[in-house]
Amino acid sequence: MSAARGPLLFKDIDTPGLTSIDTYRRGGGYETPALVLGKKSPDECIEIVKASGLRGRGGAGFPTGLKWSFVPRGSPKPKYLVCNADESEPGTFKDRELMEKNPHLLIEGMLLSAYAFGAHVGYLYLRGEFAYIQRILERAIGEARAAGLLGDDVLGSGFKFEIHTHLGAGAYICGEETALLSSLEGYRGQPRLKPPFPAVEGLYASPTVVNNVETLMNVPCILRHGASWFRQWGTEKSPGTKILSVSGPVKRPGNYEVAMGLPLRALIDELCGGMRDGLQVKAVIPGGSSVPPLPASLLDTGLDYESMNAAGTFIGSGGVIVIDDRTCLVDTLWNITRFYEHESCGKCTPCREGTYWMSEVLERLEHGQGRERDIDLLNDVADNINGKSFCALGDAAAMPVMGFIKHFRDEFEHHVTHRRCLVNRRRDAVLAEASA
Amino acid sequence: MSDALLEVSTPLEWPAKAQAEIDELLGHYANRRSAILPVLWIAQREWGWIPPAALLLVARTLGLPEPEVFGIATFYTMFNLRPIGRHHLQVCMTLSCSLMGADRLFRHLESKLGIGHGETTADGRFTLRRVECLAACGGGPCMQVNETYHENLDEAQADRLLESLR
Repeated sequence: MSAARGPLLFKDIDTPGLTSIDTYRRGGGYETPALVLGKKSPDECIEIVKASGLRGRGGAGFPTGLKWSFVPRGSPKPKYLVCNADESEPGTFKDRELMEKNPHLLIEGMLLSAYAFGAHVGYLYLRGEFAYIQRILERAIGEARAAGLLGDDVLGSGFKFEIHTHLGAGAYICGEETALLSSLEGYRGQPRLKPPFPAVEGLYASPTVVNNVETLMNVPCILRHGASWFRQWGTEKSPGTKILSVSGPVKRPGNYEVAMGLPLRALIDELCGGMRDGLQVKAVIPGGSSVPPLPASLLDTGLDYESMNAAGTFIGSGGVIVIDDRTCLVDTLWNITRFYEHESCGKCTPCREGTYWMSEVLERLEHGQGRERDIDLLNDVADNINGKSFCALGDAAAMPVMGFIKHFRDEFEHHVTHRRCLVNRRRDAVLAEASA
Repeated sequence: MSDALLEVSTPLEWPAKAQAEIDELLGHYANRRSAILPVLWIAQREWGWIPPAALLLVARTLGLPEPEVFGIATFYTMFNLRPIGRHHLQVCMTLSCSLMGADRLFRHLESKLGIGHGETTADGRFTLRRVECLAACGGGPCMQVNETYHENLDEAQADRLLESLR
């Protein structure tokens, strides 16, 4: 067995055969449900998770226990747990590795979470490209059912719980929780107005909790070892660990589980082995392409919710995209904006039209046809999307535009005045040189 | 959209195994409509793409108006409403892959295969497509071929991969 890659979710991740229930159990898997179901009350479970300070790992960082506590107690309607495994935020690839290698931890997390707020059906919504992971999960669900860990009477506790996997079909917007619910109900994946929040009226207008894969996988160890044990990692307001997906021209890209608060510089220089030879960091997008970038001067910022917010950005989904000093940021931002233009669901005007126009303006800037007022025009369009679109996709499209211009305005101005790149190199040319 | 999308020749029926799968699936949800994505996936698996007659069959199976099914099938990017090649080359063009050379890889595939985005080789072997983020950012450039991920692809590796795909 190779060395542990992290303290919690990545502790056993590279154990051979971990996808089978026997191997998972040998490492202590599925011990928690026997200690919790029928032994601790659901309210106690919610209180433990609240006290642990666990916050949503999908991007928004909402306190998980608090979210569960919003589910109305006396509702005659069924309650649902939905696992958001749509992992589609550019730069993020942690849930894919987690599910591919340790599907039973997700099942255990879903079972315990469902018990805490009284759901008897869980849906696991996977992005369409994860069809092969759906098969891994289905096999694991079958094993769990055969072992009495899913079904009408889980471990003889009287608690009933079943999980169904559901495959999306290619739509970034379905990572937004209300769009995901629309998709799961068989409609186009378009967002719904909040309130009512899903905890009150979600799937089939019934109380529903939507949690990310990584969030749910943290639940078993929290219920097993307690809130203060969990708090030995991370900071006061950002307890626990975070899995960071690092991409871009670093020496060792990949997923890293670290205690929250680790400085970005330590992640890049130590864990990832620094930049590829001959390249320096110019900018880092710390939380998936939806968040504003940080310039190299802010690399000492800690990877936790508060530190990132203080630096004007977000830890988001933990998708850390490292951009080198020989990459053109106008070209980079155009790439990001094209993504949101493609993925805008078309429901609301600011996002549908705004993402199109931002792409158009960036295209002409990149090709040396920009006008002086284009930079302010970009900011103006972004400002007319940010906070004014129906859902967070609009904000996600606007924030990188405002962030890149704020930190790297000189590169945009250079494109206007000199009609070419400040760095004068396209992304692929840089790599051709680096690998030559 | 080509006229082919509107032409329905012979009505289709589900093969027995697919019908059994659908019957089981329907039990997972509170209503039939919720099964539309899995049922469309089954249709795509059975016919390799989703011909107009299959859209009508899905509508009939779930008791939904045909335009609804059409609207949903076109909303998502992964349903093929026209035939595709045996090997569906889906090259991620989003930022992380792009930083690592996806643009160059895509141009290489275009010139090697003599086809552009969304096109299929004359022998029906390959369909080439630019796609958005595949959640393989640490292994960029990434290309998904049918369901299989191929990461850290340079041009030479891509060439070897194409050779192995008959």
